[in-house]
Amino acid sequence: MSSVIDYLPLILKGMLLTIEVAVLSLLISVLLGMIGALAKMSGSRIARSIAGIYTTVIRGMPDLVLMTLIFFGGQILLNNVGEKLGLEYIDVSPFVAGVITIGFIFGAYMAETFRGGILAVSRGEIEAGYAFGMTPMKVFMRITLPAMVRHALPGFGNNWLVLTKATALISIIGLHDMVFNALVAGGTTRKPFTFLCVVAFLYLLITGVSDIGIRWLDKRYSVGVRKA
Amino acid sequence: MDFQVIIDNLPLYFQGLRVTVMLVFFSLVLGLCLALPIALMATSKSTWVRILPKAYIYFFRGTPLIVQMYLIYHGMGQFEAIQNSFLWAIFKEAYMCALFAFALNTAGYTAEILRGTIEQTAFGEIEAAKACGMSRAMAYRRIILPSTFRRALPAYGNEVIFMLHGSALAGIITIVDLFGAAKIVNSRSFVPFESFITAGLFYLVITFIIVWGFKKAEHYWHAHLRPRES
Repeated sequence: MSSVIDYLPLILKGMLLTIEVAVLSLLISVLLGMIGALAKMSGSRIARSIAGIYTTVIRGMPDLVLMTLIFFGGQILLNNVGEKLGLEYIDVSPFVAGVITIGFIFGAYMAETFRGGILAVSRGEIEAGYAFGMTPMKVFMRITLPAMVRHALPGFGNNWLVLTKATALISIIGLHDMVFNALVAGGTTRKPFTFLCVVAFLYLLITGVSDIGIRWLDKRYSVGVRKA
Repeated sequence: MDFQVIIDNLPLYFQGLRVTVMLVFFSLVLGLCLALPIALMATSKSTWVRILPKAYIYFFRGTPLIVQMYLIYHGMGQFEAIQNSFLWAIFKEAYMCALFAFALNTAGYTAEILRGTIEQTAFGEIEAAKACGMSRAMAYRRIILPSTFRRALPAYGNEVIFMLHGSALAGIITIVDLFGAAKIVNSRSFVPFESFITAGLFYLVITFIIVWGFKKAEHYWHAHLRPRES
């Protein structure tokens, strides 16, 4: 038990990194998801097919494969491009690679969720916006976006929980998140089971708190909706 | 891009493909066998019966698969009792650890899917079974479970794909599955793009086959829901 207390700061430091990566990649994924959803529903055939390929390919491959591909491959790609442009050697930090990869992967899931949310907004509301002479941008900002949140929220919450758990993979590309630190602590004390249990508990804590947050948001955005 | 390396290493990829497919298949079969009793217990009316399966589902859905796998692969060695027992023959094998972790994990997710669908069984169907004088066991066997499996099909298809993608984790604990094969090729010839993209394409193809298979299965099992073709 004393060894757990000794190594707890290390694990908690890892937890902080886990949360950091999760939140930053969530931001990227929301941005990419929005772009992807709008591209999928746009009038341009090229935008539609690019977004289609993006969501299909990303969702059809394991996140682990994509992460190693972007981490190892991205380094080479950057070097090659940098060489051609005459830039200095750019080192891709595992942190940046991890955040970008997870954001990129979950952007595909978010795109599908957001598309579903946008489709669920009643057509009449959008038409009413146009009838008032709003520009497409205004219609989106004032009508579609606020109205779709409620529909996209359950899927969004789900994606967030899966994303949080996916951050555990960054330990593989050398980031010192809580899984990595637990293995280190477990290795030196020869008690890996104990430390991995601590990590499992901390993940349950994160998912549990997120669950409460999502429920609160759901309640807020469902104000004024009649329930059976 | 140099795909000659990949062509030279294709046998390795196919070997990895076999390992991945077997691993996923056995995990799913074991997981499904485990999931059914867990789901039945989780739908029980008694709080005491419900508490354990609920905790199981909560744990396995709330923690990352990689942590669960490490708990078994790295964690079991901590206990001398296990090291000295016959169980060590199982837990020292990376393959068995992965299989074990995957089966327990998919059991948690599948149990949650089944629990949801069992609870949503139309009450009229259960009433009709009771009115026909069926015992509880018979009602489950003939009415509730067949209808449950049918309705759980789309969600289960997603779970199968999740399991396939999760199985890539086996590659990091020395198992030469598809991802493991890509890792070997990459470390031998340092071709990260070619090696991982090839593995990714393999996974993509398997995913498409699974999606197609479930579509066919739904076409068959949901035949009564299809709009009439005239």
